[in-house]
Amino acid sequence: MGDMNEGGSTKKFLYLNRKAPYGTVYALESLEVVLIAAAFEQDVSLAFIDDGVYQIIQGQDTTGIGMKNFSPTFNALGDYDINKLYVEKESLDERGLTEDDLMPLVYEDEDDDWAEKPSIRVVSRAEMADLMQDQDVILSF
Amino acid sequence: MSSITVDGKEYAVDEEGYLADLSTWVPGIADVMAAQDDLTLTDEHWDIINFLREYYEEYQIAPAIRVLTKAIGKKLGKEKGNSKYLYELFPYGPAKQACRYAGLPKPTGCV
Repeated sequence: MGDMNEGGSTKKFLYLNRKAPYGTVYALESLEVVLIAAAFEQDVSLAFIDDGVYQIIQGQDTTGIGMKNFSPTFNALGDYDINKLYVEKESLDERGLTEDDLMPLVYEDEDDDWAEKPSIRVVSRAEMADLMQDQDVILSF
Repeated sequence: MSSITVDGKEYAVDEEGYLADLSTWVPGIADVMAAQDDLTLTDEHWDIINFLREYYEEYQIAPAIRVLTKAIGKKLGKEKGNSKYLYELFPYGPAKQACRYAGLPKPTGCV
């Protein structure tokens, strides 16, 4: 892996999303912090567990609650070089969801002739724990 | 809240001059805002303004400058996908100034 951040040090940041997208401001705040922090070119991953998995579910419609539907913004993450979105399988199972219920989020791989590749990786609870162990910084929302 | 007048109609803007309600945007707003900055909009300006509006429509955010230059280079050609070209068009900062003309909110992460 090349270090793109010449002269500086790159840390592994994990943004942990545990809450449903609407009703509280956590999900939107998390996404805004992710987009702002992307300018610092760190090694960024996002994790979705518990009700956080609802943040990236397909077909969100907020007209009934009068809030902005910000789910399309997740599609922009690839442009910001954020392409590691981990989703906990147990959290999906507990809610009767599968990977097919999630938005098909992709990124373009610069090193592979801009081929579109999936950003979402469904992992087990044990794998999620290992992933967290591996981080320098975890920000929980 | 202040406002700007375009074709006899008033549009509310925030304290930094960004349009309060992006759904009310009409192209004339960009022309009036540009005139206030002593700028006349050319087709090259409109390429960027229209691109920003399309980007916002699709992703619900205004892109960061790094993302904007990359995307412009891809869409309009490499010679335009750099901040020098964009700063020549929008001397007050392409992300802020062009977004303002396009009726979008101030870009996320722009301080």
